[in-house]
Amino acid sequence: MSGNLATVSYIGAIILFILSLGGLSNPETSRRGNLYGMIGMTIAVLATVFGPRVTAAGMPWIIGSMVVGGAIGLYAAKVVKMTQMPELVALMHSLVGLAACLVGFASYIDTSAPLTGAEKTIHELEIYVGILIGAVTFSGSLIAFGKLNGKIGGSPMLLPGRHWMNLAGLLVVIWFGGEFIRSHSISDGMLPLIVMTAIALLFGIHMVMAIGGADMPVVVSMLNSYSGWAAAATGFMLSNDLLIVVGALVGSSGAILSYIMCKAMNRSFISVIAGGFGTGGGTPAPKGEAAAPAGEVVPISATETAELLKDAKSVIIVPGYGMAVAQAQHTVYEITKHLREKGVNIRFGIHPVAGRMPGHMNVLLAEAKVPYDIVMEMDELNDDFPTTDVAMVIGANDIVNPAAQDDPTSPIAGMPVLEVWKAKTSIVMKRSMASGYAGVDNPLFYKENNRMLFGDAKKMLDEVLVALKS
Amino acid sequence: MALTIGVPRETLAGEKRVATVPEVVEKLIKLGFAVAIESGAGAAANCDDESYRAVGAQVIDGAAALWAASDIVFKVGVPTSDEVGLLREGGTLIGFVWPAQNPELMQQLAARKATVLAIDSLPRQLSRAQKMDALTSQAGVAGYRAVIEAANAFGRFFNGQITAAGKVPPAKVFIAGAGVAGLAAIGTAASLGAIVRANDTRAEVADQVVSLGGEFVKVDYEEEGSGGGGYAKVMSEGFLQAQREMYAKQAREVDIIITTALIPGKPAPRLITAEMVQSMKPGSVIVDMAAERGGNCELSEAGKTVVKHGVTIVGYTDLNSRLAKQSSTLYATNLFRLSEELCKTKDGIIDVNMEDDAIRGLTVIKEGSITWPPPPLKQAAAPAKPAAAPVVQAKKGHGHGAASEPMAGNKLAIMFAVSAVLFWFVGANAPAAFLAHFTVFVLACFVGYMVVWNVTPALHTPLMSVTNAISSIICIGALVQIAPPLAGGLPPDPWIRWLAVGGIALTAVNMFGGFAVTQRMLDMFRK
Repeated sequence: MSGNLATVSYIGAIILFILSLGGLSNPETSRRGNLYGMIGMTIAVLATVFGPRVTAAGMPWIIGSMVVGGAIGLYAAKVVKMTQMPELVALMHSLVGLAACLVGFASYIDTSAPLTGAEKTIHELEIYVGILIGAVTFSGSLIAFGKLNGKIGGSPMLLPGRHWMNLAGLLVVIWFGGEFIRSHSISDGMLPLIVMTAIALLFGIHMVMAIGGADMPVVVSMLNSYSGWAAAATGFMLSNDLLIVVGALVGSSGAILSYIMCKAMNRSFISVIAGGFGTGGGTPAPKGEAAAPAGEVVPISATETAELLKDAKSVIIVPGYGMAVAQAQHTVYEITKHLREKGVNIRFGIHPVAGRMPGHMNVLLAEAKVPYDIVMEMDELNDDFPTTDVAMVIGANDIVNPAAQDDPTSPIAGMPVLEVWKAKTSIVMKRSMASGYAGVDNPLFYKENNRMLFGDAKKMLDEVLVALKS
Repeated sequence: MALTIGVPRETLAGEKRVATVPEVVEKLIKLGFAVAIESGAGAAANCDDESYRAVGAQVIDGAAALWAASDIVFKVGVPTSDEVGLLREGGTLIGFVWPAQNPELMQQLAARKATVLAIDSLPRQLSRAQKMDALTSQAGVAGYRAVIEAANAFGRFFNGQITAAGKVPPAKVFIAGAGVAGLAAIGTAASLGAIVRANDTRAEVADQVVSLGGEFVKVDYEEEGSGGGGYAKVMSEGFLQAQREMYAKQAREVDIIITTALIPGKPAPRLITAEMVQSMKPGSVIVDMAAERGGNCELSEAGKTVVKHGVTIVGYTDLNSRLAKQSSTLYATNLFRLSEELCKTKDGIIDVNMEDDAIRGLTVIKEGSITWPPPPLKQAAAPAKPAAAPVVQAKKGHGHGAASEPMAGNKLAIMFAVSAVLFWFVGANAPAAFLAHFTVFVLACFVGYMVVWNVTPALHTPLMSVTNAISSIICIGALVQIAPPLAGGLPPDPWIRWLAVGGIALTAVNMFGGFAVTQRMLDMFRK
């Protein structure tokens, strides 16, 4: 295959990748979109393998490594539980980051295409930046994986003077960058490159360690973005437009997701990255008297919940991370099915940051066979709460906190929330009265029309289901 | 020593309410208080002495004996000077006082070294004060009763019916003012089957009107009428003109008008003129709930029902007494909630905590010194704004980037300046080959931006896994390194090969795993 043919194949692959992302605008077209992505990838790989830059000598190596990697990937895709999706995605990001590092090092050692002058400088700069982004993505994603997995504690680790440490790291990286570009031989340049890689790895660890559990949607999408930029940097390094385009697509996709997530928490991207919650302006301002929730928490039993649901004409269910933890989505579906047969208008309200990654709740509900046309976004049904009989909150807290609207001193003030308290009755399922991730007390629990159903979400919902069927 | 709560018989003529009911007495006793009731206090509200005795209250004959026995007195109506004379020196009085309108009463109470909690002075904007808000609970009852009075005076059905003899059209009801009383009236009239329209100068109540089954009639004029504390403010002349036209139009169309408009500290606004009354259909009804404060209707007479131009105008000022049991129960519950706040220790001793915003607002006299008016609440006005802000944000939603607000001009200028400098830097220093790639990169970023904004939020997880799979395109980088055509006859460094093999294996995990898991997820999304 000639070089031109390979280039044309790359253009075809680019178009297919764009169509693949475009297909995701609607669940109906998304399956075809994924198919486009696979075809695009196949074309790109085949065009490269049979293109002018790979000789037959490499074939056994390529096939061997592809088969090993592919088998692992397919196996992981098959066994992963939907609740573990965030972990899998984080792990995959780390692989992209590591691959970018490896390609960068290989490209640096490679002397087959000698460059001089500005071109050499640019090429080396590309290698340097590519490895930097790759290393940060790699170590950051590994930590994110550990945090999502529960292997590493979810609470933010805030080292004293951490911003200064980061700044010092950055300066060292820049200085070694200068050394690296000035170096004359490969062995001279290796030391700065390795030092920089080590710092980048530490920076990735440090950055994600400082971020708390519920900010994970932002981190996961941010790492998604980084893995894209790493691919784009590799593309520059190898002068390959296909890599540049795909990297830019992925990078901007991740960046947009991060933006949406931040918006949904009413926080700036910087404050999430800077770590911790409410640490930006010291401890949260002491709450005004108005904020101190007063009133009684009214508990309710599973049977009474079932009674309420039976009598309701319209029900909105607001799931949160707690539903994923308790694996309650299948029971939720059973209840939904039962109520729908009775003619109850039942819908789901999904907050953009519910769960641990963007769209997490949607995937869980889809897994439980909940039809996607009754799963709504926050904006689609927030106006409907006043006409709703029962709003059921399953394992969510901050995303239904009225303090975000009522109390300007609250750390989560201004965050868009699902207005469940406007429903005739709201039921909150929770293990205990512990406050949510943001450490903010939730006045919803004390509202007169709110009832608390304490206990494990799965167990309680099973009881509700039994009571509904009897 | 637990304190005794005393409930005297209301002395005002026509007042049928009582400050506590047997159901609530039980709860007060649980808080540790002793409760004493004047004999006959609840008779007009269907609570006889026996029912109070049955739940543990002491029934005392005669007002003087009761006042003497009480540490705390619960009242409904504003106390008369005789009653103030009966109040124990240093005692506590809880009830309606209206300190602004009754300065002399305040002086008398202060002279008794009393502590007075005026339930009408509650800071209503505190959300936790709502359970104690007697103005709200009483207004709700009055709104309900106003509709019942209107139905009583009206000669037709409220709901439309199709009978064997023919069709009966539904009554049309117009409600002026959608405060608590207005909303209660809307709900009641709508549930009786009438067509309900309502208006309020505060545009934000439109949703509440609609949620209760009413139709919100707008005044064709732009002005916001929220005056703080849940009341409306006085409007401009232009607005009033437009409002009069709207009322005149409604008066010609509807069968029943219920007016509830009040402005704090001012006479009730005159909404319905004599000409409007004249233009109404004979047999129509007006219920003027503001009759006591001068009336919203020019022709209404306080406390009376009059018929003018064939229209029945109800000006009762005792709508609450006309539903005495309900009003009393709600009022008693409000006072009970207040007692809970005062007695957090549940030992029958009250603590008038002046640090507490709600209690501070209520307390108009503390141990003989007048503490009214209270200092303005911290952030009293602030909550209105954040409540509105999220609504604006919510509208943005997803969709296209263009849906968000346009950026401020100077911010935009700075951004353009920064990008211009960056581009100049790149253009001045980079070689041509780099620029070609750079062009592709920038354009691809924009394509990505456009495409990804169209992705539905429900599919964000598949989006991430598919972009993950796609980013395994880095594989290409490793592929071209593994066995390139030999340059100058030198075999490639074995290090390169091993690095490349590792890269291919890693990206292959992503490539196959990413697409497979995406497919698995997407297959689950079914209607």
